[in-house]
Amino acid sequence: MSITIALAGNPNCGKTTLFNEITGSRQHVGNWPGVTVEKKDGVYKKDREVIIMDLPGTYSLSPYSAEEIVARDYIVKEKPDAVINIVDGTSIERNLYLTMQIMETRIPMVVAMNMMDEVEGRGDKIDCGRLSEILGAPVVPIAARTGKGLKELMDAAVEVAKKGVKPNRLTVFDSQLADAISSIADALGDAESEENCWKAIKLAENDEIIAKTVPSDKQAAVETLVKAADKAAGGDAEAKIADSRYQFIAKVVKDCVKKSGKGHQETKSDKLDKILTNRLLALPIFAAVMYLLFACTFSENFLFIPELPSPGVWLAGIVEEAWAFVADGAVGVAEGMGASEWAVGLVTSCLDGVGAVFGFLPLVLVLFLLMSFLEDSGYMARVAFVMDRIFRHFGLSGRSFIPMLMGFGCSVPALMASRTLESDKDRKITMMITPFMSCGAKLPIYAMFAATLFADSNQTMVVFSVYMLGIIVAILGALILNKFAFKSETSNFIMELPQYRIPTLKSVLIHAWEKVKGFAVKAGTVIFASTVLIWFLSSFNFGGMCDMEESLLASVGNGIKWIFAPLGFADWRASVGVVTGWIAKENIVATFGQLFGNVSEETVEAVMAGEEGLPAITEVFNQVSAYAYMAFNLLCMPCFAAVGAMKREYGSWKWTLRAVGFQMATAYIVAMLINIVGNMIF
Amino acid sequence: MTLRDLKPGQKGKVSSIGTTGAMKRRIMDMGVTPGVEIKVIKAAPLGDPIEVNVRGYELSLRKDEAAQIQVEM
Repeated sequence: MSITIALAGNPNCGKTTLFNEITGSRQHVGNWPGVTVEKKDGVYKKDREVIIMDLPGTYSLSPYSAEEIVARDYIVKEKPDAVINIVDGTSIERNLYLTMQIMETRIPMVVAMNMMDEVEGRGDKIDCGRLSEILGAPVVPIAARTGKGLKELMDAAVEVAKKGVKPNRLTVFDSQLADAISSIADALGDAESEENCWKAIKLAENDEIIAKTVPSDKQAAVETLVKAADKAAGGDAEAKIADSRYQFIAKVVKDCVKKSGKGHQETKSDKLDKILTNRLLALPIFAAVMYLLFACTFSENFLFIPELPSPGVWLAGIVEEAWAFVADGAVGVAEGMGASEWAVGLVTSCLDGVGAVFGFLPLVLVLFLLMSFLEDSGYMARVAFVMDRIFRHFGLSGRSFIPMLMGFGCSVPALMASRTLESDKDRKITMMITPFMSCGAKLPIYAMFAATLFADSNQTMVVFSVYMLGIIVAILGALILNKFAFKSETSNFIMELPQYRIPTLKSVLIHAWEKVKGFAVKAGTVIFASTVLIWFLSSFNFGGMCDMEESLLASVGNGIKWIFAPLGFADWRASVGVVTGWIAKENIVATFGQLFGNVSEETVEAVMAGEEGLPAITEVFNQVSAYAYMAFNLLCMPCFAAVGAMKREYGSWKWTLRAVGFQMATAYIVAMLINIVGNMIF
Repeated sequence: MTLRDLKPGQKGKVSSIGTTGAMKRRIMDMGVTPGVEIKVIKAAPLGDPIEVNVRGYELSLRKDEAAQIQVEM
């Protein structure tokens, strides 16, 4: 029979490294239901019967963040056979706080005392044997980065799980508080039941989630007793409980930890931090790091050297060429076999669909190699530290800066980068506004309109103003979402600044690989299906295959064009452009090239580069409606690839559709305002 | 006086925490409880948030949050 072991620990305690070391590459990554919290499980590489569940990193089991709720629900409701609690030996006091709370659930537990190499390097000693006696649970010294002690850890965990060895009941609270808590447990039913004991502590802590689970006939009694507990604790049981845990830990640490006696020494990390967050140097260094992050992924003139592609662009080029070779070959074979026009069309569109997914993979890969380096090294926490002052005004984390910056390159990796944000709320909001940044594929649309309709004005200013519009709408959008959609959730900035560490190559590679695989599988199906669907709509009508002008898509365009009347472009061709833009935004130019005068491919390319205008579009657009059209396509639903990435990160269609709905509504309102105000002025 | 009033390099002992609810719990969960010694390391380049050392690790918090933590020098 298989056994399940959960990994629990603080963020930055080395939990992911440990997970990678014990599971190897046999991992499964998804989302916990309803939240943007990553769910990872795998099997122990030396015993396939042992399932490892990686819980989100938390400092506590309080009910205030999605991570904490997920972790404690799993421990209390799913009841794994054992929990491995990873403790960072270099900050043992704070880490043992979570240990205390895990022990309150009475789940069989093993403590993995991690970073022992660093502890010893500092000349400190941790007496794991003594700690084990106090806790009544094995304490195994390990160094997850080097793999030291992992065999012993897993042996101990499997044994504890099989025998169901429970840790000691500790005397953490003073007798008055302990009595008050046990009378709450009594009121819940059986005071000896472990579930009731745990619930009683949580109720004394004013835990609203647990309070809702109390049966209605017991609520009044429990409420009175909770008040009594507050009184027994001198007014505030929640504070007293947290305080008692830390006091207990202080005693334990005094007993089990021997400091080298050299006092607090400046570590290498402290020295590095003095440079990286130095008052004068911090911002230039930050700007340089962000530039490199962006340039390595997207730049075509890498490090300002003309025509030198960045690693991301270079890889993307190779993938594109390789795929074009395969696709051409396949189409050639299909034609050679005498396949009919529609069959060749279907093959081409399927290949394009797959190619669209492949095309993004190099960008995702390069960005996440760098992102995981920043994350694992500890610099990502400093990004938040440096940018918080600005982003808090929009109700966002300083870390939102990264997805928003990357949004100027491509929304797909940008949306995936939102995973680095600390809170579920910040991640959800950031994903909704990131596509408002003008990605590279939107530029050709601006170039076409600028060259055609704004030829006499300052074209650069027109394009620049659309970029600014995206930023302003993103900020306003974040403020509005914070105020109305997510108002109940408070945000704070009380977070750890972890020690700088050199990331292990293995964990950087595994993380980047997971991102690439996740996108290819989960987002790939969305992209593939929608690309083929749009191809079908644009090349068929009820009579069979036809030109785009007579296709189903043209009928759809005619059918929906009235919707765009308030925006100033009630034309079927403009509507068709919006739809083909969802495959890839730059498609709008090619679509217009075909629908407005059927121009040559060379002309389309010149138009995309802004070298030539497309005079025929003046039939439909004037300057005001052209600007409204640019704004609409900037803000409305991003391309299917980005929607696929959203789906992957939100982990649910509900949230993905909410985000798309928000984007469509925003686009419509902004474009309408532009049309109305523009027509009043001009 | 509060943690906000301490200058980089200064140490204080936490006497009480003024706020309530999620923020208070978070502050305490992170080890800032009455009696603990806390040292201000520095402020962020833009002046806020600040970085402190408590229980052997580095914690960052906003000045408004630091103003909720009463300390004695």
